[in-house]
Amino acid sequence: MSDCNGCSAAAPAVEFPGRKGVAPTTRVAVIGPPNSGKTTLFNRITGLRQKVANFPGVTVEQHTGLAVLPDGREAWIIDLPGVYSLAPRSEDEQIAHDVLTGNRGDTPKPQAVLLVLDSTNLARHLMLAAPILALGIPTLVILNMADDLRKRGGHVDLKELSLQLGAPVALISARQGEGLDRVYEFLAGAMPKPTPKELPVLQDVPKCRQWAGHVGNQAQYRPPVPPKWTRRLDAIFLHPAAGVLIFGLVVIAVFQTIFVYVTPLMDGVKSLFAVSGNWVASALPESLFRSLLIDGVWKGVGSVIVFLPQVLMLFLFIGILEDSGYLARAALIADRTMAKVGLQGKSFIPLLSAYACAVPAIMSTRTIENKRDRIATILIAPFMTCSARFPVYTLIILAFVPNRPVIGAFLGTQTVAMVGLYALGFIVAVITARVLKSSVLKSGRTPFLLEMPSYRWPTLQSLGLRLLDRSVVFLRRAGTVILLVTVILWIAAHVPFVNGKPPAIENSLAGTIGRTIEPAIKPLGFNWKIGIGLITSFAARETIIATLGAIYGMDDPDAQSQDLQKAIHRDLTPGGAVALLIFFAFAMQCVSTVAVVRRETAGWKWPLVQFTYMSALAYLGAFVAFHLMA
Amino acid sequence: MLQLSGNTGPAEQPVTLVDLRRGDAAILDHIDLPGEDARRLMELGFLPGTQITAGLSAPGGDPRVFQVDGSEIALRRETARRLKVRVPQSQRQV
Repeated sequence: MSDCNGCSAAAPAVEFPGRKGVAPTTRVAVIGPPNSGKTTLFNRITGLRQKVANFPGVTVEQHTGLAVLPDGREAWIIDLPGVYSLAPRSEDEQIAHDVLTGNRGDTPKPQAVLLVLDSTNLARHLMLAAPILALGIPTLVILNMADDLRKRGGHVDLKELSLQLGAPVALISARQGEGLDRVYEFLAGAMPKPTPKELPVLQDVPKCRQWAGHVGNQAQYRPPVPPKWTRRLDAIFLHPAAGVLIFGLVVIAVFQTIFVYVTPLMDGVKSLFAVSGNWVASALPESLFRSLLIDGVWKGVGSVIVFLPQVLMLFLFIGILEDSGYLARAALIADRTMAKVGLQGKSFIPLLSAYACAVPAIMSTRTIENKRDRIATILIAPFMTCSARFPVYTLIILAFVPNRPVIGAFLGTQTVAMVGLYALGFIVAVITARVLKSSVLKSGRTPFLLEMPSYRWPTLQSLGLRLLDRSVVFLRRAGTVILLVTVILWIAAHVPFVNGKPPAIENSLAGTIGRTIEPAIKPLGFNWKIGIGLITSFAARETIIATLGAIYGMDDPDAQSQDLQKAIHRDLTPGGAVALLIFFAFAMQCVSTVAVVRRETAGWKWPLVQFTYMSALAYLGAFVAFHLMA
Repeated sequence: MLQLSGNTGPAEQPVTLVDLRRGDAAILDHIDLPGEDARRLMELGFLPGTQITAGLSAPGGDPRVFQVDGSEIALRRETARRLKVRVPQSQRQV
């Protein structure tokens, strides 16, 4: 795959040229416990000068960025994963530990550390200061959320704390941009090594906590009163009745947005591609190159970019839910239900997102810390009925299911068929999850822990950067993998030449492949034309519509939907139609999903397992359906 | 098994976090979980001798949020059962 986020072991993954073409010499790592506002600070000081990749060989995402210091020099900042300690147990902790100790060949050891702690929960967060200061790397201890500390009546003596820790201390509010000059001062300054008064035995957690408490006492730390608003909001959001109702409303809002409100935007992008395609086509002379550009590249890449509004809207939602603190409450409410299939509360939002598109859903599984739960969620996500299946379902249902009322005028047979297909995907996902979680992905007895952060207003900057970040990851795929596949498919449909011209599609390479696989798909009730459609649909599901349109000799399959329905009706038996629907419900016909699973699981093992499993299930399901109907 | 015990008082009935109702507070006595899992809980503030207060929960009471060391952490019932606590005499219901 040309997607090389995690496969370039040789080249340093985080090479980040400075703005003047010279790599900055100062490398600084940002570290802190989860919910300390570490990423907010990182966003503050690097802004748009960010880059996201995976640490080679693992699933941990690596955010790097450039900070421009007041004197014009630059520092290269790396945002390490949120950790409670440096004991290397989880993948996140291992990465943090290895980067800070200089044990990762791909990431040079940082010269300084920005340790971000939540000032409203200082006594516990100071526990992380012990292993960090013990590294001997120059460290700035940053007490974040200064505004909260002040408002809720907390206090800390910075001078004394600095004396105890033997390191400079800055009280800031990353959200408000308050106190950042101290951070820049540190980055531009001499950066001395820390000289803590004393350090506890790092392996002994109670001793570390005692030390943190002692340091806090010496610095006259007075914790703030508990957040009033968080208590009040939780009384509503976690109310046995109102909480569940609000949870339901949030789910409906997400659904409604990604299915209904985004549709005009998606149609807009679609017609933008169609109009610009026609415009480019009219500007170019009739040639094979034009055909490749318009029918291959333009339509292929366009069919993926159409999903961008949906992806952005989904991440806007997830961003608001996560940054506001509601996501943790939603996970709490969903946990019991998800536990029934062996998963956990945090799997809920990714699975919900998969109804729009499996790609952002799989990207959003990063909120699940438990690796086995995360992989199980990734493996079942593509069973959820994504929006690419919808046009295919629509075409076949309209062609084969006569619309008869089931309950009055409200519910017709076509709707029942559609809902049935959605239910089918869901049921298979649930069964698969149960099988996985009781066998290969059994979680053992690792306790499920969920920290409830205080509620906060999400900031525009954080939401904006998140959307930018996710769209880059999404579009990179459209620009690489999808482009490659569409070009290959176009070539397969245009060779070998007959008398210097491309052949009719049935005589092309694609047609030959379609006929070659006909014996294999005949038991499912498909002929070679459907076969070609199936092959092309492995690039992206909805491609089958354009392909069938081309085979039946229609220029614009969207406009000719009626004719296409009739043509398919002639070529498929009702049994074959049901088999085709089942095939689409189960098969992993989406290069983007395969690529994103490879990226998120850092290897080919899981995407291959998933692809094989889903294909086998699709084949068997279609086979059984065809024979039951016959 | 890692058994970190605080100062256990005179023979008290064994109580776990599951037995606390909303608003009840108790002192953590020990964590009855394998070493690594216990460590993770301790890093979040569940240290023997620390006061834990039961908070709100998901519908049905599982998982439940516990207030400990300035944070709110949700635990499933299966985990909460492994955290043995002592209920201060003054709060004991007779």
